[in-house]
Amino acid sequence: MAADIYTPGVVAGRLDAETIAANFADLHPPYDGHEAAVAADRCYFCHDAPCITACPTGIDIPLFIRQIATGTPEAAAKTILSSNILGGMCARVCPTETLCEEACVREAAEGKPVEIGRLQRHATDTLMAAGVHPFDRAAPTGKRIAVVGAGPAGLACAHRLAMKGHDVDLYDARPKGGGLNEYGIAAYKTVGGFAQAELDWLLKIGGISVHYGAALGRELSLEALRDSHDAVFLGIGLGGVNALRVEGQVTEGVMDAVDFIAALRQSGDKTDIPVGRQVVVIGGGMTAVDAAVQAKLLGAEQVTIAYRRGREAMSASRYEQNLAASKGVRLMFNAQPEALHGSGAVEAVEFALTQSVDGQLRLTGETRLVPADMVLRAIGQSLDGTPEGIALAGGKIAVSGAGRTSVAGVWAGGDCAAGGDDLTVTAVAEGRDAAEDIHASLLG
Amino acid sequence: MADLSTDFLGIKSPNPFWLASAPPTDKAYNVERAFKAGWGGVVWKTLGEAGPPIVNVNGPRYGAIWGADRRLLGLNNIELITDRPLEVNLREIKQVKRDWPDRAMIVSIMVPCEEQAWKAILPLVEETGADGIELNFGCPHGMSERGMGSAVGQVPEYIEMVARWCKQNTRMPVIVKLTPNITDIRYPARAAMKGGADAVSLINTISSITSVNLDSFSPEPSIDGKGSHGGYCGPAVKPIALNMVAEIARDPETRGLPISGIGGVTTWRDAAEFLALGAGTVQVCTAAMTYGFKIVQEMISGLSQYLDEKEMTLGELTGRAVPNVTDWQYLNLNYVTKARIDQDACIKCGRCYAACEDTSHQAIWMKPGRVFEVNDAECVACNLCVDVCPVEDCITMERLAPGTVDPRTGRVVEAEYGNWTTHPNNPAAKAAE
Ligand SMILES: Cc1cc2nc3c(=O)[nH]c(=O)nc-3n(C[C@H](O)[C@H](O)[C@H](O)COP(=O)(O)OP(=O)(O)OC[C@H]3O[C@@H](n4cnc5c(N)ncnc54)[C@H](O)[C@@H]3O)c2cc1C
Ligand SMILES: Cc1cc2nc3c(=O)[nH]c(=O)nc-3n(C[C@H](O)[C@H](O)[C@H](O)COP(=O)(O)O)c2cc1C
Ligand code: SF4
Repeated sequence: MAADIYTPGVVAGRLDAETIAANFADLHPPYDGHEAAVAADRCYFCHDAPCITACPTGIDIPLFIRQIATGTPEAAAKTILSSNILGGMCARVCPTETLCEEACVREAAEGKPVEIGRLQRHATDTLMAAGVHPFDRAAPTGKRIAVVGAGPAGLACAHRLAMKGHDVDLYDARPKGGGLNEYGIAAYKTVGGFAQAELDWLLKIGGISVHYGAALGRELSLEALRDSHDAVFLGIGLGGVNALRVEGQVTEGVMDAVDFIAALRQSGDKTDIPVGRQVVVIGGGMTAVDAAVQAKLLGAEQVTIAYRRGREAMSASRYEQNLAASKGVRLMFNAQPEALHGSGAVEAVEFALTQSVDGQLRLTGETRLVPADMVLRAIGQSLDGTPEGIALAGGKIAVSGAGRTSVAGVWAGGDCAAGGDDLTVTAVAEGRDAAEDIHASLLG
Repeated sequence: MADLSTDFLGIKSPNPFWLASAPPTDKAYNVERAFKAGWGGVVWKTLGEAGPPIVNVNGPRYGAIWGADRRLLGLNNIELITDRPLEVNLREIKQVKRDWPDRAMIVSIMVPCEEQAWKAILPLVEETGADGIELNFGCPHGMSERGMGSAVGQVPEYIEMVARWCKQNTRMPVIVKLTPNITDIRYPARAAMKGGADAVSLINTISSITSVNLDSFSPEPSIDGKGSHGGYCGPAVKPIALNMVAEIARDPETRGLPISGIGGVTTWRDAAEFLALGAGTVQVCTAAMTYGFKIVQEMISGLSQYLDEKEMTLGELTGRAVPNVTDWQYLNLNYVTKARIDQDACIKCGRCYAACEDTSHQAIWMKPGRVFEVNDAECVACNLCVDVCPVEDCITMERLAPGTVDPRTGRVVEAEYGNWTTHPNNPAAKAAE
């Protein structure tokens, strides 16, 4: 008998392929032309616009919206992409409610910002659908740069370097490029294989040789890369996962949220992805929300996000929290995991309830047992192995200026580098700025 | 990217987008920032005679018309020409032209209708190194009460006379800026040409009252309870300006006279329309006043994308629509169309029905279930339903193929072109050969 949402344990195929496909459809479907025109018409073309400042890549938002309004979404796309080459992905995944749209003067005035993210998508989708790559390479410089990590930071860096006329070797440990665009971002934010399509489109600039399955610390060493190249950029993200310290040795049914998501992102119709009937996700960030929502969309009967602090402290935005709630995920605050119970597979998680007193987290003395046949850990990622001889700060690669590390000729950016939010758009900004700095220092 | 560089009367500019003579071009501080933003040229705010500076009102000088979301659709002003001393303007013009040699620098002038006044100012302007002059015969308020501006522009003989004085007293190209506050724009344009002007620019602002305050009963903008008519400009005036530009472009007497198009240019599209109707450059005032200098970036990217898509040069765009502007009597009466409603796109608002039913045609049926259909036997193809329909492309006009019968007239649609001049109902019709 096929599984359904009531089948106990961790099983695949709780829902049929059609229902799953509907569940995982585009979170914000693209605008049609008329909707885009109406949305663009709301932009006031503010002077020194706050949305530009709020965008980590500093896209000229009023200009691109005006270009949409005047019927030239292709020109709009060029405005976007000249600041942010992954403007297509960012349009889908940026938490705009805490970035550009939060800063929109219409948000302050009416609580309804101009929908910048969706307009950005309208523009970039139009250009990409036409198969146009609007940038050309400068004359060859004869310099060769190694970019390690083909996530947003590495891709933005590689593209900007190629544009400046340098040759780039782009390495990634995984069999595919894209980083978390391909393996991490929630499936309903980037439907239809967009991450690979965008990657292919980006590489059309030319001058970037990709080498997948090549890991720093395995096939590659920093020393050898420094010898063979004029500069090195590290955009290796956070490959490690923080450990969950709780009592109980139960491991069956317990996994890292990022692995659950990666498997889901690589699956075709997702009917092969096992999910529990009662899922508990531990954590308070975007990863926790994404894991919980997707578990629910796969057909888990009950999904709970347990976060050890209060709602205000949760790093997932209120928008993300509401998204989770709207999908039927329960949000449980002030619950700190203490023990995993179960003989063999996990059966329940025991939480100590907490309280915040003068900024300090205190236990109230109460505990709560939440039944669970699947536990997803989403309590943060960490740097996976430190590249030889590089100084760290707060567990990440220490950088100064535009991503300069402690080692001469080596830059870093994105999640692996200290400072900045762990967001796709921030990774793009850091990769791009490091490329400009590499260019300036090589030709300066 | 298409080449937007422009040669207008030998005056070169990197693109055809100039700022019109108005507050944005009143001082070096503005003009330099405009050039930095990308404007191809400017027409400096109108200079007057040397002597005590002009005095402006000290209360509101602008009034406006808005859409429901406060989008500015029309602007009205009662500002006069520059109120800064002549020598300050001249010094700044000279400095800016020296620092920005690749941009067009035109100086607008308005002095009394006496040859001596023009003779006095022209050498001073010439000395700045400016590329040309524009004669402001357009300002409809204030200055016209003193016999200048539109008071000159409304009398073709004066236009011709002043243009001639200028041509005789300067080597700089002379552009005559026309007022739209006149019955037939071709007369002042012909006069300018007769006087030897190298080009005309149009339109200046249209005499207007934007609104009346229904509590104080003062026209807006109100100065201490009273108002004066002002000059109307901005998006609302574009259709009027386009027609006037086209009239001059196709008039046999002025055909080929270079035109700088002005009036409501807000986007690249507006600019392209002026160019297609024969303008060699466009000038912008209200859009820059409303949104700032940066809007030129959209105009540049939009126009070059358009030209690239059309595989057309800027020169090929200029005047391209002029041959298609004709008189009513030459329109093809055998071009028979009918409205078609796309039932899948229809949102069933019924606006087309109300419009057609309450206009003289009654050609749309409202059927059970709010289904709206066109009755070809009544449809005169007026286009009103298309214009009032809130859904783009939901109602379209489709041509009846030659050979089919028009159910309204019962006549077979002819393939051949046929106009009023040969129509049997026309008492003056010439027999078709
Ligand atoms: C589940 C999840 C959901 C998220 N959702 C959002 C979201 O909605 N919006 C948002 O803005 N951000 C989101 N983020 C954060 C965002 O994905 C990251 O901030 C962003 O991907 C960081 O880019 P990066 O290039 O620094 O690193 P990554 O995207 O992690 O890319 C690093 C690349 O380096 C490679 N690599 C690692 N180690 C080595 C090595 N030793 N040798 C060679 N290659 C190596 C990896 O294979 C990977 O391809 C999410 C993150 C997660 C985990
Ligand atoms: C405030 C204001 C002042 C103006 N002053 C002048 C002027 O001094 N000389 C002139 O030739 N035109 C003047 N104009 C007219 C403009 O140059 C332009 O012809 C007109 O505004 C139409 O263009 P627009 O629709 O782009 O604004 C002025 C317009 C405005 C709004
Ligand atoms: S725009 Fe400037 S000068 Fe005009 S009223 Fe406002 S503050 Fe005063």
